Amino acid sequence: MTVVTDNTLKAPPRAMRDEMIVFVVMALLLASVPFTGIYPFFVMQALCFALLACAFNLLIGYGGLLSFGHAMFLGTAGYCSAHALKVWGLPPELGILVGVAAAFALSIVTGYVSIRRQGIYFSMITLALSQLLYFIYLQVPFTHGEDGIQGIPQGHLLGVFDLSKPTVLYYVVLLGFLGGFLLIYRIINSPFGEVLKAIRENEPRAISLGYRTDQYKFLAFILSGTLAGFAGSLKVFVAQNASLTDVHWSMSGEVVLMTLVGGLGTIFGPVVGAFVIIAMQQYLASFGQWVTVIQGAIFVICVLTFRRGVVGEIAHYFRRSL
Amino acid sequence: MQALYAQLLVGLINGSFYALLSLGLAVIFGMLNIINFAHGALYMMGAFVAYFLLNNDYLSIGYWPALIIAPIVVGIFGMILERTMLQWLTGLDHLYGLLLTFGMALIIQGVFQNYFGSSGLPYAIPDQLRGGMNLGFMFLPIYRGWVVIFSLVVCLATWFLIEKTRLGAYLRAATENPTLVRAFGINVPRMITLTYGLGVGLAALAGVLSAPINQVRPLMGADLIIVVFAVVVIGGMGSIMGSIITGFALGVIEGLTKYFYPEASNTVVFVLMVLVLLVKPTGLTGRAA
Repeated sequence: MTVVTDNTLKAPPRAMRDEMIVFVVMALLLASVPFTGIYPFFVMQALCFALLACAFNLLIGYGGLLSFGHAMFLGTAGYCSAHALKVWGLPPELGILVGVAAAFALSIVTGYVSIRRQGIYFSMITLALSQLLYFIYLQVPFTHGEDGIQGIPQGHLLGVFDLSKPTVLYYVVLLGFLGGFLLIYRIINSPFGEVLKAIRENEPRAISLGYRTDQYKFLAFILSGTLAGFAGSLKVFVAQNASLTDVHWSMSGEVVLMTLVGGLGTIFGPVVGAFVIIAMQQYLASFGQWVTVIQGAIFVICVLTFRRGVVGEIAHYFRRSL
Repeated sequence: MQALYAQLLVGLINGSFYALLSLGLAVIFGMLNIINFAHGALYMMGAFVAYFLLNNDYLSIGYWPALIIAPIVVGIFGMILERTMLQWLTGLDHLYGLLLTFGMALIIQGVFQNYFGSSGLPYAIPDQLRGGMNLGFMFLPIYRGWVVIFSLVVCLATWFLIEKTRLGAYLRAATENPTLVRAFGINVPRMITLTYGLGVGLAALAGVLSAPINQVRPLMGADLIIVVFAVVVIGGMGSIMGSIITGFALGVIEGLTKYFYPEASNTVVFVLMVLVLLVKPTGLTGRAA
């Protein structure tokens, strides 16, 4: 059995300490962003994608399942939140809840179908399912087709926090991201996460030890899809629109790219990868289609020479778990 | 009734492309253990090579030579890709093959989009295949009939090559156990390269065939390849004949859907994939993977 990722360097107490230190540093850095003059919109956008990539990473890095359709959770939650906020006029907290619930329901259905096949077939099935949803969203009226849902009201979270103020919105998004990140961290280090890693390393052995591996993978898929949906709901408040780009296969590809660049199966890798890719898109926006070419080149270079990703290489060099 | 037959014909044509593409994917997967995400991009390249050959002032090579030249050119291009990149993935997880070829597809499609935008370029039907025939129950444009018949012949020839010839026997043996076949003195790495060239060449051939029907667009393969993935999931990649039959059958079903319930025509293949997965998770002809 070949191993996708290399996070076997584990000395639990020290690893835990290192990871907590890095986490605190990351949280402090992100919390200080509004005081530095960095464009908060950019960071908020990157945070949403970072959460999405972390959710995706839960599946590939710890379950060994490469989903090529994670955009469907992002887009579905986005559309449902946007609809709840704009048409039903729900407050932000309920809007997020609607989006996350939709992603949860979708992940149950799609997970039930796709988990039936392994490896490469799993990737093709998730991709096909997200394309199916793309065509559905293209035709059903509530998504407004090519236009998308635009001008979504941001409202007051819990009736108190005015989300139309950039700083308030920033901290809400940051809290959402950190909460999701900690949840994923907790899942990875739980007994459930350990079984998941065992399945990734050697599924037949896990089965022979009495684990119902399909149920573990199914649950991992649901957790990953629901968290990806949470990222999609947060993104609605940042971008104030929900459109077909969020369900398109190229978005699924971008999530894969972010995680690959940062490091598959590393804890902080997807965050780093998301910031790198979003920053790249920002700076290279004027190059038009060449951005696609550059993204493709990064894929090729990463796979051929740099499979551990940025964080994976650093962790490997210092022999730490990050 | 006319409209029904017309949609059936469109379905058969799409089915030909599904068959040619999924056939190539299956052959490549058998030898390289890679799902070739770049297949759609190379299909597009096939169409573009035909377009260049025709519209170059010095060459102005027409449809018939292009039918042979384009697959060879794209096949050689594919073999270069295999030698320079794909071969380094031997022994790694399948997923890396998917990621690498996805990256290659992005590069190829991005470059073509830069130079040709996203709109379609026309490619004329060759003179010999213009016009149509009245079959009594329907009007058959000759070119469309030609595409279906020619694709079928190519598919069956590929099946014959792999299942009935000595070369095909080596190929199947190398798919099962490459180390043992190498020990018999057969150059397996070269066979892998040629196999990739063959699979990619089939995609390019489909590209040339579709150029007069669907126009030549940089993204013509991007959405098609996802449908072909669904076809492959439905049919399984274990059998060559299975790929061919599934490809044509799904094309026909899609055509029928276009007539009876047009809203579902671009989702029907995916819905069928879900149904097949629920009933028979290993695919219709496939072995468990």
